[in-house]
Amino acid sequence: MAGLVPAIRVLRIEKTRDQAVPADIYLNVAVGGVLTGLVYGLMALGLSVIFGVVRVVNFAHGEMMTLAMYIAITLFTAFHLDPLVMLVPIASVMFVFGYVLQVRLINPFITRPDYMQFLLLVAVAIIIVNGLLIAFGPDVKSVQVSYAFDSFQVGPLIIDATKLYAAVAAIVVSAALFAFFRYTRHGTAIRACADNYTGALVVGLDVKQFYALTFGLGAACVGAAGVMLLLIVDVTPALGPAYTLLAFVIVITGGLGSMPGALLGGVLIGLTEAMAGLLFTPSAKSMFAFAILVLVLLLRPEGIMGKRAA
Amino acid sequence: MIVRLIAGVPGRGLALLGALLAALTAAPLFASDYLLTVLILILYFAYIGQAWNIMMGFAGQLSLGHALYVGLGAYTAAALFVHFGIGPWLGLAAAVPAAALIGAFIGFLAFRFRVAGVYFAILTIAFAEFARLGFDHLSWTGGSGGLFLPVSQFTHNDLWRLRGHPVMFYYILLAATALAFLICRALLQSRVGYFWRAIREDEEVARSTGIDTFHYKMIAVVISAAMTSFAGVMHAFYYNNLFPEQVFHILRSIEIILGPIVGGVGTLFGPILGAFVLTGLAETLTAALAALGIDLPGAKQVFYGICLLLVVTALPEGIWPWLSRRIGLAEKSQ
Amino acid sequence: MPRTKKQTYQTRRRFNAGFAGTLLAAGIAPFNVGRAQGAALKVGVLLPRSGYQAGIGQDCQRGVDIATGVLKDLGLPSLQFINADTESNVDVARSRAEQLIGGGAQLLVGAFDSGQSSAIAQVAEQKGIPFVINIAAAPPITEQGYKFVFRNFPTAPMILRDAFIDQKEIFAAVGAAPKSVVFLAENDTFGVAMQKAIPGVLPKFDMPYTILDTISYDPTARDLSVEVSRAKATGAEALLVVSRLNDAILLTRELIKQRWTPVMILSMGPGWYEDQYLKTLGKFSDGPLSFAPWYDPNKKLSKALDAALAKVHPGVNLNTNHVYTFEALLTAADAYKRAGSSNPQALADAIRATNITDNSSIGPGIQFDAKGQNDKILGGGIQNRNGKLVTVAPGAASNGKPEWPLTPYNKRA
Repeated sequence: MAGLVPAIRVLRIEKTRDQAVPADIYLNVAVGGVLTGLVYGLMALGLSVIFGVVRVVNFAHGEMMTLAMYIAITLFTAFHLDPLVMLVPIASVMFVFGYVLQVRLINPFITRPDYMQFLLLVAVAIIIVNGLLIAFGPDVKSVQVSYAFDSFQVGPLIIDATKLYAAVAAIVVSAALFAFFRYTRHGTAIRACADNYTGALVVGLDVKQFYALTFGLGAACVGAAGVMLLLIVDVTPALGPAYTLLAFVIVITGGLGSMPGALLGGVLIGLTEAMAGLLFTPSAKSMFAFAILVLVLLLRPEGIMGKRAA
Repeated sequence: MIVRLIAGVPGRGLALLGALLAALTAAPLFASDYLLTVLILILYFAYIGQAWNIMMGFAGQLSLGHALYVGLGAYTAAALFVHFGIGPWLGLAAAVPAAALIGAFIGFLAFRFRVAGVYFAILTIAFAEFARLGFDHLSWTGGSGGLFLPVSQFTHNDLWRLRGHPVMFYYILLAATALAFLICRALLQSRVGYFWRAIREDEEVARSTGIDTFHYKMIAVVISAAMTSFAGVMHAFYYNNLFPEQVFHILRSIEIILGPIVGGVGTLFGPILGAFVLTGLAETLTAALAALGIDLPGAKQVFYGICLLLVVTALPEGIWPWLSRRIGLAEKSQ
Repeated sequence: MPRTKKQTYQTRRRFNAGFAGTLLAAGIAPFNVGRAQGAALKVGVLLPRSGYQAGIGQDCQRGVDIATGVLKDLGLPSLQFINADTESNVDVARSRAEQLIGGGAQLLVGAFDSGQSSAIAQVAEQKGIPFVINIAAAPPITEQGYKFVFRNFPTAPMILRDAFIDQKEIFAAVGAAPKSVVFLAENDTFGVAMQKAIPGVLPKFDMPYTILDTISYDPTARDLSVEVSRAKATGAEALLVVSRLNDAILLTRELIKQRWTPVMILSMGPGWYEDQYLKTLGKFSDGPLSFAPWYDPNKKLSKALDAALAKVHPGVNLNTNHVYTFEALLTAADAYKRAGSSNPQALADAIRATNITDNSSIGPGIQFDAKGQNDKILGGGIQNRNGKLVTVAPGAASNGKPEWPLTPYNKRA
C-alpha cells in the first residue's frame, strides 16, 4: 500500500517555480528559440524536399547531417577554415552523395511499400553511424571558432552570436533554395514531378534524373544545416537519430512540400521547446513538440502551410 | 478446426513445421546456455514480429512505435509486482487491457481523423516518444532511474512468479510463438482476415464495397497491441530491470520490425524466419569478428547494415516468399 | 523449367546444414576452463564499446589496456582478457555474458551501465561465476542478495554524502561558502538517483547553502540555453550540477554566452573534469570543483597507473573510468592469488575476503561487505587547473589547495 502514496504526486511535470521570472528572461529564451528553430528548419527543409518530391521516407536524414558535420570537422582540423566558409563545398559533397545514393540504391524503392524504404534507409543509417564510430571514435568533437563564445547585448536582450550567424545563414540558404524552385527551369520541373508524376512523364521529363537531383539537393540542404549546427552543438556518431525524428516533426507540422512551412515549423518547434523548458520541467520539453505533432496529424495533416491533397 | 487450419498446406510444409517445432522443443537439452539465450531472443522477436505483422502485413497499417506496447505491458506488470507483490500471470490481466486500451485510443484517433500511411507511422512514433518521456517523469515506476524487480532465487523454477532458470522463459516464449502462429493462421482464414487483406490492398475500394474499414482496422490494432504486451511482461521478468530510455526507445521499435520486414511482411512464417535470420546473423557476425581477431567497435554493426542492405535490395518481398518458392512450398493463393 | 525434386531437396538440406552449423559454432563451444594455478585467469570484460555509451566504454577500456603491466609489477598472477561489447544494449549484454561464460571465462568485469550490469549480474549469479562491477551507481544491484556479484564503486547516496563532506571541508579551507545554489540535474539514471537521494542526505549535513530551484533537463538535449537562463534567473550564487561530458560543455558555453559566472560550479558527477572538457574549452575550463569517486594521487599505485597510462595513451589524464576499471581487475588478480585456484566458488570467497590497502581509489582500500558492496570508498574533490586536475579534498588524499571563487569568464584572456 505504501506504493500508492507516491502515486498521488506521480507526474513530475509541475511548475517548479518559487519566484517570478523576470520578463527579459522570456524574451531571451524566445529569441534563442526562434534562432535555433531556423537552423532546425533548414535541416527539415532537406527532408521536406526529399519527401515532398521523391516521396521517400528518408530515415537516414539525421545521419546524413552527422556525416556532413564530420566532414566539416575534418576540414577544420586540417585547414582551419571557418565552417560557414566551408558551407558551399560541403553542401556540394553532400549533393553528390545524395545524388549517387538515389540513383544507385534508392531509385527502385520509390514504388515499393513504405516499410521497405524504411528498412533500406535504416540500413544506410546503421552503416553511416557505425562507420563514423570506427573512423572518428566515440568522443565528442567540435569546432572552436574565434567567435564561439560571443554574444550581442541589445538592452536586456543577450543574443548568442553563433546562433545568430547560423540562423542568418539558414535564411540565406532557404531563400536560395526557394528561388531555385520558383524561378529556374530545373526547379519548376522538379515541382512538376512532385505535383503530378504521370503528367511529368507525359510531357517528357526525365523523372528519374530529377528525383536524383532532388535527393541531392535535399542532402545538400541537410549538409549545410549540419555545418551551421556545428557552431551550436558538438558532434558524436550517435547524434543522428534524434535529428531525424526532429526533422519529421518539423516537416509534418510545417507542411509537407512547403518550404516556408519547414522553416515555420522549425521556428514553431524551437520556440515551443524553449518556452516549455522555461515554464515547465525542461526535461519534458520534447513532450510538447510531440503533442503539437499529434495535434497537427489529427487536425490538419497537411501541416500549417501545406496544401490539402486534391 | 485443426482440419480447417491445415487445409491447403502442402504435406511437406506441415512436416517441416513439425520438425522445426520438435527441434525447438528439444533444443534446451542440447544447447549451451549461450545458445539458449540467443534462442530466447529469437523467439521473443519472432513473437512480437508476428504481433506487429497482424497490423502491417494483414491490415496494412505501418506502426513504427510498437515498443510502446512492449513497454506498457512491461511496466504495468512490473509495477504491480514491485509495489503490490502481484505475480506476472495476474499482472497480465492488467497489462494486456492497458496496452489494448492505448492501442484502441491511438487507432481511434488515427482512423477517425483519416491518418494513414507514413503519417500514421509517425503518429505511432510520437506516442512512443510521449510514453518514453512520460515514464521518465513517472516517479511511481522509478522514472529515468529505472524500475528494479526483486530477484530472489534460482534454485528452483517458480512458474507463478517467473523466478528461476531462463529455460522457463524459453518454453513460455516457444509456446507463445507457436500459439501466435496458429492465431495468425486462423485470423487470416477468417472473415476478419479476408477484410483485412482487402483493406490492405486498397482501402478506398474496400470501403466502397461496404466494409467497415474503421471497425476492422481497430480490431487489428487492438489485437496487435494486446499480443505485444504479453512479450513486454516477459521482458520485464526476464531482465528484472526497466528504464524508459531503453524500453520505449525508437531503436527498440525498429528492432521489432526488422525481422518481419526481412522475413516477409504479410506472410505467416516471415516474422519467424526473419527473427532467426537477423539474430543469427548478429551473433554470427560477432563470433566471426572475434575469431578473426578484429577488435573494432562498430564493425559488426557495419556488416550487419550491409547485410540488411543486400537482403532488402535483392529480395524486395522478404526472404520467406523467395525461399518458399525455392523449396516448393509457395501457397497457391499468394 | 521447374526445379526437380532432387535439386530442391539438396538446396534445402544445404541451407539447413549451413544454418545449423553456424548456430552450432557460435553456441556450443567446448568448455576449456583451465584449472591449474599458474595459468592466466580468463577474465571477460564487458563494456559498452559501441552505441550511445561508446565514449565511456572505450575510456574504461584504457583501464584494461594498462592493467597487464601494472599487475605484473605488483607480483600478481596474470589475467587473460576477453573483451566483449555490450553495444549499450541490455539484450546484447546478457548474450555476451552467457557467451563469455560458455567460452570459459572464469570471472566477469563490467559493465558501466546499471541496467546492463544488473542483467549480467543475474547471469553471473545463476552460473556461479564471480562478477566484479567496475562502475554502476544504482543502489538496487547490491540489494538483491547475490553471492557472486561485487561492486567496487560507491552508490549514488554514498557519492552524494562524500560530496557534501568534501564541500564543507573546502568551504572551511577557503573561508567562504555560497549562500544559495541552483541545482541543475540531468534526467537519466545517475542524475535521477542523485536527485532522489538529496532530500534524504542534505538535512544531515547542515550545509551553508539553500537550494533555490531544481532544474532537471534532458541529457540528450542539444541546447541548454533555456536551462541556464532559468538558473541565472534564480539569482543563486553558485551552481550545483549533475551532468555528463556533453552537457558540461554545453552548460559552460551557455554560461559564457549569457554572461553569468557563478561564484563556483559544484559538480557531483562526471563531465567537468574529463579530458574532452579541458581540451574543448581551454582556459574556460579552469575552476569548477568536481565531487566524484576518484583516485588518491598520493598513493603509490595511482602514480604507477599514471605512468603506465602516459606510456600507452599519452596526453590522457588518469580518471575515474580508468582507475575503477583497473581496480576491478586488481581485485580479480588478488583474489586469484589468494584462492590458489580458478574454481568460481573459491574465487568468490576470496573476493569477499579482499583487503587491498595498497589500492588507488580514495579510502582505506578495497573490501566488500556481506552484500558485495565496498562501502568504504570515499569520494574526492577535484579542481580543474590549467588543463590538469588537482585533488583538493579530502585533505589526506589531496595534492593541492582549492582556489575560490571562479575567475569570471569574461576576464579570462
